[in-house]
Amino acid sequence: MNEPISPPSTISLPPPATRQGKEPAPTANRELTEPSAIRQFLRAKSPGNLADGTFAGVMVVCALSIFVIVLLIVFVLVDKSLLSIHAFGFKFFLGRSWDPVNGDFGALPFIWGTVVSSLLAVIISVPLALAVSIFLLEICPQPLRAPIAFLTELLAAIPSVIYGLWAIFVLVPIMRDHVGPLLQKYLGWTGFFGADNFGVGMLTASVILAVMIFPVISSISRDVMRAVPINQKEAALALGATRWEMLRMSVLRNARIGIVGSVILGLGRALGETMAVTMVIGNHPDISKSLFAPAYTLASVIANEFSEATGDLYLSALIEIGLALFLVTIVVNAIARLLVWAVTRGNTVRAN
Amino acid sequence: MATLPIRTSSVSRFTEVRRNATNHFVTGLAIVSTVIVLVPLVAILGYLLYKGFSSLNLAFFTHIPAPVGEPGGGMANAIAGSAVVLGLASLLGIPLGIGAGVYLAEYGRGRFFGSMVRFTADVLNGVPSIVMGIAAYALIVAKQQHFSALAGGVALAIMMVPTITRTTEEMLATVPHAIREAALGLGVPKWRTAISISLRTASPGIITGCMLAFARVAGETAPLLFTAFGNQFWSFNLSQPIAALPLQIYVYAISPYDEWHRLAWAGSLVLIVLIMVSVTLVRIFANRGALKGGS
Repeated sequence: MNEPISPPSTISLPPPATRQGKEPAPTANRELTEPSAIRQFLRAKSPGNLADGTFAGVMVVCALSIFVIVLLIVFVLVDKSLLSIHAFGFKFFLGRSWDPVNGDFGALPFIWGTVVSSLLAVIISVPLALAVSIFLLEICPQPLRAPIAFLTELLAAIPSVIYGLWAIFVLVPIMRDHVGPLLQKYLGWTGFFGADNFGVGMLTASVILAVMIFPVISSISRDVMRAVPINQKEAALALGATRWEMLRMSVLRNARIGIVGSVILGLGRALGETMAVTMVIGNHPDISKSLFAPAYTLASVIANEFSEATGDLYLSALIEIGLALFLVTIVVNAIARLLVWAVTRGNTVRAN
Repeated sequence: MATLPIRTSSVSRFTEVRRNATNHFVTGLAIVSTVIVLVPLVAILGYLLYKGFSSLNLAFFTHIPAPVGEPGGGMANAIAGSAVVLGLASLLGIPLGIGAGVYLAEYGRGRFFGSMVRFTADVLNGVPSIVMGIAAYALIVAKQQHFSALAGGVALAIMMVPTITRTTEEMLATVPHAIREAALGLGVPKWRTAISISLRTASPGIITGCMLAFARVAGETAPLLFTAFGNQFWSFNLSQPIAALPLQIYVYAISPYDEWHRLAWAGSLVLIVLIMVSVTLVRIFANRGALKGGS
């Protein structure tokens, strides 16, 4: 970079016109009669150059707009939910009744539904996602790697509403007629699988959520595992470890923080997922021990009732639910990003 | 595969068998898991193709929805409406996203403000789409007093920005510094370098990012529920409710009529083809645009 430069006076810069390739170079419109390149460079550096300042300014405004968008979202959500915040205070999140007719609103059933369905989805999805990441990184034959990775990432490209459509017509009957009775027969004693199983309910929603968050967890945990330095793996293998021992000792151990980050990112996605869940969870604000029972989530109550909400308090309560959802996902995502960032950053530093 | 050929006498035969068995067991588990994961994917796509193609006909592309009980009808207005809303979202979101990405890569590197913007973009990326819908409702619909295509476009644009910003930044970071320095050394001002050198070199990657963001919002339903709202008739007026393909699929999917279910499957097929085409284009661009000599 800092190589000694021979005095410029001895070098005659080739005129820009002779250096044009087949593409028009940025200097194409420059005439030979203009001052030399160095002069122009110095002129471009001069404080009087308005264009540079303007361009930088526009870019800063674009960057600032991201801040502004987030602040604006927070502002309108808080502003519009003030009515409900004043009316119910913190009890809003502990109340169990949702009665638009009498103007009594409590969000606990929705919080319950969101938390339980998301956690269940994570529990179903994480082992599979980790196994697939390991398969793709260490086991899969090279020619199959790219196609399988592409296929698993295709899952992320399918819109939520199509998952919902498929779940209504395929998954719900399967859960009702095959999986449900099986679970009742063998795990009915736990009390989590009650007698009434209509196929629509918490468990079905969790299964479809698990499919939807799978690509998030899988692709990020794969990135994190790939960031493990190769000499760590070689060291384990050189000590005589089998492939699984190598994975456990070097890869999973080194990548664990990032894997946790990817799981939390998946959780964040599950918490905010709306359409597919709304279509199969049954939409009934009840807290039930049975996973077959219909439930309701924060996102689906907004989706279902927002455009039909009559009265300011009703609308305000729904927006407060949106605000709660927003804050929770922001916190969850921030934690996840920090974890993933901590791991990948540490590794790039080590790699250099 | 990974075991060494050398065996010391201190390693008992039993331990070795156990370790190898564990290894094979885990390998088998990973393979089975991959198969399990591919099942829903194949099931969804296969069922979608089967149902979609058997329900798709010309009327779907040329007719507007028929009233309940009447056979036929299509989603022509929803396809057009989706195009309007997505076009509006791209028009607003893409320049903003690219601008912020250029700032992060060319000006904000190593600055506190830069990393704050980067972090905010990541966080915004994780905000549930339904919250974007509420925000657009509160900002635009509540002011205008009625649902509008504009509000839907804005909600989707906000969702596009973070994805585009981050990919633009990442792609610009792969442009070798030597090229920029060469341009600056020739006296090209910084803004011209950013546009004609950095952005131009990274353009395949940036186009990829834009297409990904587009594919992501193309299937979004939640933010449109109470912004674009849907419409049974033709509408191109930005300040009026407008139909959109995902919305129409949702309405038809939860309806009790078989005829509407059929249309929902056809709509899903059209939507997924639209998204898959953009994702495939992304892959073509991404392969072709792999930068040579990038850092």
